[in-house]
Amino acid sequence: MRLPTRHPWRRPVRHRGPAVTAAIAVLALTSCGSGGNTPQDGITLTIAANSIEGGKNAETAQWIKQWVIPEFEKTHPDVTVQFQPSGVDDEQYKTKIALDLKSRTGADVIDADGIWVGEFAQAGYLKPLTEIGGAAVEQWEGWARIPQAVQGLGIFDGKKYGLPQGTDGRVLFYNKTLFRKAGLPDNWQPTSWQAIIDAGTKLKAAGVPTPIQLNAGTAMGEATTMQGVLPLLAGAGAEIYAGGKWTGDSQAMKDVLGLYRQIYGGSGLGDPKLQQEAKGRDKSFAQFADGKIGILAESDYFWRAVVEPRTGVAPMRDRNEAVGYARIPARQPGAGIRGQDYVSMSGGAVRVLNPFSKNPKLAWDLLAFMHSPEATKSQLAGQARISARSDVNDQVLTVDPMLKYVADEVLPITAYRPGLAVYPQVSTALQEATAAVVSGKSPAEAAAAYRGKLEGLVGGAANIAG
Amino acid sequence: MARPTSPADAAGLGKGRAVAFVLPAVTLIAVFLIFPALWTIYLGLTDYRLTGLAAANPRIVGADNYAGALTDPRFQYSLWLTIAYVGGSAIIGQAGLGFALAWILRTRAGPVRRAVEGVVLLSWILPGTVVGFLWYALLDRDDGTLNALLNTPGFAWLLDHPLLSIIVFNVWRGTAFSMMLYGAALENVPPSHLETARLAGASVPRQLRDVVLPRIRRHILTNLLLISMWTFNDFTPFVLTGGGPEGRSEILPVYVYRVALRDGQLGVGAAISFLILLINLIVALAYLRLLRGRSRYRDTAAAGGTPA
Repeated sequence: MRLPTRHPWRRPVRHRGPAVTAAIAVLALTSCGSGGNTPQDGITLTIAANSIEGGKNAETAQWIKQWVIPEFEKTHPDVTVQFQPSGVDDEQYKTKIALDLKSRTGADVIDADGIWVGEFAQAGYLKPLTEIGGAAVEQWEGWARIPQAVQGLGIFDGKKYGLPQGTDGRVLFYNKTLFRKAGLPDNWQPTSWQAIIDAGTKLKAAGVPTPIQLNAGTAMGEATTMQGVLPLLAGAGAEIYAGGKWTGDSQAMKDVLGLYRQIYGGSGLGDPKLQQEAKGRDKSFAQFADGKIGILAESDYFWRAVVEPRTGVAPMRDRNEAVGYARIPARQPGAGIRGQDYVSMSGGAVRVLNPFSKNPKLAWDLLAFMHSPEATKSQLAGQARISARSDVNDQVLTVDPMLKYVADEVLPITAYRPGLAVYPQVSTALQEATAAVVSGKSPAEAAAAYRGKLEGLVGGAANIAG
Repeated sequence: MARPTSPADAAGLGKGRAVAFVLPAVTLIAVFLIFPALWTIYLGLTDYRLTGLAAANPRIVGADNYAGALTDPRFQYSLWLTIAYVGGSAIIGQAGLGFALAWILRTRAGPVRRAVEGVVLLSWILPGTVVGFLWYALLDRDDGTLNALLNTPGFAWLLDHPLLSIIVFNVWRGTAFSMMLYGAALENVPPSHLETARLAGASVPRQLRDVVLPRIRRHILTNLLLISMWTFNDFTPFVLTGGGPEGRSEILPVYVYRVALRDGQLGVGAAISFLILLINLIVALAYLRLLRGRSRYRDTAAAGGTPA
């Protein structure tokens, strides 16, 4: 201490210094000791998910905090489980967990989109579950209960990297109240793209501000590809990746972009500005709930987490009566992939283990616990969805007619995205093509620009069909 | 104190001590400034990605990233947007409005001056994300305050005039700094000089040109240097527009963010960052040259015996 002590009252203050330090030290010691009685106490496991109470996917956040954590801590008294919530766009969440894993930190159990598993595994951010959790992984009772197609969500190069949480399917949601106003039937099922346009025209005539919301543009991110381009492409008879080749500026692609043109090219059927806004997707949800959008293409996520009457982000009290759903038609009957009349796309979330976890065995215990029949049932009590486990689905799907519809009518005709590392970049190129059409370019121009980008991404024209 | 000094060693430290004094600072600069800069150059030469195979085993691709960036129309467009953004919001907007406010307030005192200064300062001290959100709420298409005030429901300011929106936003946000700096500089202008000019019948523009400008020229240059650098590297417009719609407000910092983190192309992102660093260096050197030229002129003037 070299400070000049000009004021006499400074002395007692200086004396207090060491005492305060000692008190803090004692507090720190006692707080360390209060966690448990065993010597290896203080084990903390963390769960990360893109869900947050009062916001995005609130049901999942509530389930983790109110059921998973207390129940797991009951059987593992030495372990503290923490929840790391997020409530942001999927792209931002993906960047966050990629950076976490890159710097070898992050939560022990992580929620991820199944489509990210390939690129994360290639980067070394994920390891096969058996390498992290040991022999217990293969002996898990749940494998026999998860259908192969659903297990595929967490598989890359033949190895299991994650446990699937369930799957979903894309349909057309429509507002029955608006449909009645426009003289359209309550039980609507379009059989061609033209039928969608016709319904949109009637809605427009009946004064609906935005008859059709078909996601477009880059601001919506993967939602544009998954809810827009890919189901339409399937309806035009093409898959984005088939037989080792990517779909280029084929006739099917031009047809898809042509439909975008019909909706956003000045007909007033869709709102082009909404596709460009930074928060356009969230706004489209709010506008549907507000009765301003007639038809909206989404996955069953929309039903169970967006317009859900109690905890949805854009709740509709009369959802069960007012919201209808129909399969997405092919361009015309029989024109879809495999000659189908109707098409859909499916994906699904997985939970993965952090390979840099300090307690990998315990992390697997937690992950397996979160996918046990009891846990799955408890989650479904709060929010009905198509879970990964067929034993649980058999019991709960009868409760929710929409989800039963997806399971019975949509999953048999659905298709999946290719689990290749380059896919997200192809997806961005598709979003840019729709953005070009929305801002006034012709479908042919947009398709040609898309093809140019695609050649750069997938290694030349040899890997492109059409 | 008794140590002998020479013109080359004014402090009288000796070589060893001088090096010892400088070493900690040099080490810090090397670790936190020079090494990252070199590392950026190295990364810019690879195909390093955030995910996928190239994240685990990046390969050297030479100057491909630089060539790719320079020929990418999106980069050129982004560079143009950035120049318009810096020119419009910093050089014309902030410096111009800041000087005007300082000039008007120079002779005022009391509550008016304090109120204006307080309001202008408030926009400067609020955190960027908070301000960004406030402006989003102001300009929003559906429930925006501005549309309610002007009675123009549904007018999409951020979508139809994205560049203008972020320019006005940044003028509003950053004027305080220029105002304070010019306010302090104007106090250097002796009132007697202005008085003389007025008596001689000089108009206000003439007073500004012949009396005020020569006095505060160095302040103007310093201010322009600082605010152009800040604005050039400003990320806050992202909060308003997210770079959209379709890249029409994607200034360079937002462009780098999209390329490196959203698209995951860390190598390309590093190459662009290095290009931005070069542009910053050139701009800074140009300003510093102007400043140095000015001080040399003043030195010669002083040596000539002209009274200050």
